[in-house]
Amino acid sequence: MTVIVGLEVHVQLNTRTKLFCGCSTDYRDDEPNTHVCPVCLGLPGALPRINRTAVEYGLRVAKALDMDVLEESEFARKNYFYPDLPKGFQITQYDRPLAINGTIEIEDDAGREKEVRITRVHLEEDPGRLVHRGGGDRARYSLVDYNRSGIPLLEIVTEPDLRSPQEARRFLVKLRSILEYLGVFDGEREGALRVDANISLEGHDRVEVKNISSYRGVEKALTFEVTRQKNLIRRGVPIVRETRHFQEARGITTSSRGKEEEHDYRYFPEPDLRPLRVADWVAGIELPELPAARKNRFMEQYGISLIHARTLTGDVKVADFYEKVAHVDPLLAATWVADTLLGELNYRSMSIAKVPPDHFADLLSLIKQDVVTDRAAVQILRVMLDRCAAGEAPESPEAIMERLNLGKAAGGEFTAIVRAVIEAHPQAVEDYRSGKKGALNYLVGQVMKETRGRADPRELGRIVTEYIETSEV
Amino acid sequence: MAGTLHFEPDDRCNAFITVCEEAPYGDGRLAGVAVAVKDNISTRGIQTTCGSRILQGYVPPFDAHVVTLLRAEGAAIVGKTNMDEFGMGTTTETSGFGPTLNPADRERVPGGSSGGSAAAVAAGLVPMALGTDTGGSIRCPAAFCGIVGLKPTYGRVSRYGLVAYANSLEQIGPMTRSVEDASLLLEVISRYDPRDSTSFDRPYTHQPSTDVRGLKIGLPQEYFGEGVDPRVAEVVKDAIGRLEDLGAETVPCSIPSMAYALAAYYVICTSEASSNLARFDGVRYGPPVDARKNWHEAFREIRGANFGPEVRRRIMLGTFALSAGYYGRYYAKAQVARRNVEKDIERVLASVDIIAGPTMPTVAFRLGEKTDPLSMYLSDILTVPANLAGVPAISVPCGTVDGLPVGLQLIGRRFADEQVIDAAYAYEEAAA
Repeated sequence: MTVIVGLEVHVQLNTRTKLFCGCSTDYRDDEPNTHVCPVCLGLPGALPRINRTAVEYGLRVAKALDMDVLEESEFARKNYFYPDLPKGFQITQYDRPLAINGTIEIEDDAGREKEVRITRVHLEEDPGRLVHRGGGDRARYSLVDYNRSGIPLLEIVTEPDLRSPQEARRFLVKLRSILEYLGVFDGEREGALRVDANISLEGHDRVEVKNISSYRGVEKALTFEVTRQKNLIRRGVPIVRETRHFQEARGITTSSRGKEEEHDYRYFPEPDLRPLRVADWVAGIELPELPAARKNRFMEQYGISLIHARTLTGDVKVADFYEKVAHVDPLLAATWVADTLLGELNYRSMSIAKVPPDHFADLLSLIKQDVVTDRAAVQILRVMLDRCAAGEAPESPEAIMERLNLGKAAGGEFTAIVRAVIEAHPQAVEDYRSGKKGALNYLVGQVMKETRGRADPRELGRIVTEYIETSEV
Repeated sequence: MAGTLHFEPDDRCNAFITVCEEAPYGDGRLAGVAVAVKDNISTRGIQTTCGSRILQGYVPPFDAHVVTLLRAEGAAIVGKTNMDEFGMGTTTETSGFGPTLNPADRERVPGGSSGGSAAAVAAGLVPMALGTDTGGSIRCPAAFCGIVGLKPTYGRVSRYGLVAYANSLEQIGPMTRSVEDASLLLEVISRYDPRDSTSFDRPYTHQPSTDVRGLKIGLPQEYFGEGVDPRVAEVVKDAIGRLEDLGAETVPCSIPSMAYALAAYYVICTSEASSNLARFDGVRYGPPVDARKNWHEAFREIRGANFGPEVRRRIMLGTFALSAGYYGRYYAKAQVARRNVEKDIERVLASVDIIAGPTMPTVAFRLGEKTDPLSMYLSDILTVPANLAGVPAISVPCGTVDGLPVGLQLIGRRFADEQVIDAAYAYEEAAA
């Protein structure tokens, strides 16, 4: 049974001020209702005034997705009552959005490139936020925080072109990547992305799942729905066309029938704003390098593999980081960023933004100059990351190496250890000389143990062999 | 010299909802002049009710742009004037704070919705006041009370701080004893304000002139025909005769789209109002909601109890007109009719400079005389075209019928407020 999914994605644009007033958008750590004014509180008589940067951000997205920008687009009122909506209507766009007809390329489940069609993108204002006191449906009262009211949202609507929950997640990851490349979105901000998903099994009615607020949540919600709908069909129960809510904590969707009847939003053009004429404006917008172009440039400029280039360019912050450390040695840097650093960050749920690139470059230099072994380098990296994660002052890799004595064992210290090990294991030496080559591994292992990984095993093998063959023991 | 004006009016007409007995003023062209402000214009620190119980006790934390400008020129804001609730009415009888009486005859209505401002000026309590005009709300009470009232070109005066009734139609304007005062007041309030996206940077700076030689005046047959009291039409024709004596010439014309103007007007204003008034839910200001009930029930209760019947009627009409399945039949059609009125008026004003006619089809009604909403709506027929087209229009007193004032209405081209003022000034000077 073919799964058919279409998404409506709402992302908060990272403008400095709100969509229709001068209030700051940087409210996340602040007291409720401290980033508000007559406009975003919907006080009587206040009028909206469009934030041109938000429009420009929307146009950047439209251009990057190769969309048709409408010569004249228009804001509209979506009317409904809700306590978090201070004006009793939301200013959004309806029949004349910013742009229509775009595409985003993703990989399908078989790893083939496919195009997902974008129906439209439009601008709208975020409502406030309700905080229920006393827990869920039995809340004794609710508080309203209008700090979020008026934050610019870009709604991106896809055609029903997605064929699995995994594809949906890949689509969102790709979308986020593009938005971050364009500098219009910061996916790390809490609540910056919200998704409504339409899902149906071919030949059956579709269900809308609302209230999904993470990439993983989308995959979870859709997976749950596929299973639920397949089971109903198997039992011969018809799928009801309805709106369901995703309960993130329980990983299930529940019907919201009765709670939220079919709304008549009574859209009409917003009389307080003039239509937007943006055609000339679009021509002047210069797009930054996007993921695909950057991937190709990385392969060409740095001579790295397709796999590495793809990994390194998926996230604009990772790509920027790589370019800051590639000067040490592009290939070495690619391996260490893509294979080691990203894994360590993922393990710590840590952003690459917290890693000082100059220290990482210094670490690469130590590896390149053979001052540390790969194993020791990983240990140094872990110490670095743990310090960053804990918010402690960064320590240079050299300092960590010295402090923990992780430098590659060399010179006299080294020879002495080799000699001591060989003298302590005469039987093994005897075995080696009598042709049991496996005995060498045993001896090398003993030296490694003594040096706590500071020695390069291959080099060590050579030295031990040399020592046995030249010494009189 | 800055100071405080003591203001204790003998308000026998119930012109004021709020009186500021100690009104501070400053320096400027209006230094120490008492100005009354219609109660739908936000005044920082002074209760602003829109004539509605649902906003009782609401004190705005900011000034409307026009109030900022008034204060900057030294005016003393002496009070907030009575009005039809949210501007929805033609008599000031729908106010939640009792009707205003007409100073010319206290048995009669002052007109509306800016009836309090008109009565305050006509009774001599203040020399000037601000009104707002959505479909005639400045010109109608000006005509009924015998004062000057100007609705400026749409976009000439910032609406920032004006509590919206029908955003695409309304403008703030002067209500004064003389055309010269109207001109001065418009000059003060027309300074550009980027906070109103529908406004233009076209400040009015004009000295009224009485020279109307060669001015072409169009007389639409619709303004003198059916539904217009012939006695009112006669007085107005005589007044236009005065302008002809001064060298203006008149030509007959027609605005056929006026047949649909009222219907279009009422669909558009109620649609916008149904949305604008959604914010009055008792959550942030006004009488508080009962927080123990669920929000939907609480909203319904507070809105049902505190909006008057005319407001509830218009919210329901507008909600209906915007509903799925009806939008095309009502709202969208009304917009087409509106554009036709606009084009008609543009066409007429391509061959004449000014359109002239009565402001109102009759003189002021008796209090309680009009009980049927439809017949009340019909009395707006001569004023709504200027709002639909966004053009400037003035009402200037031009005589009486049975001792009650009659207004001469002069309508001009967009941004030709100067020409409208000049024609009114010429008439006023000639009639004096």
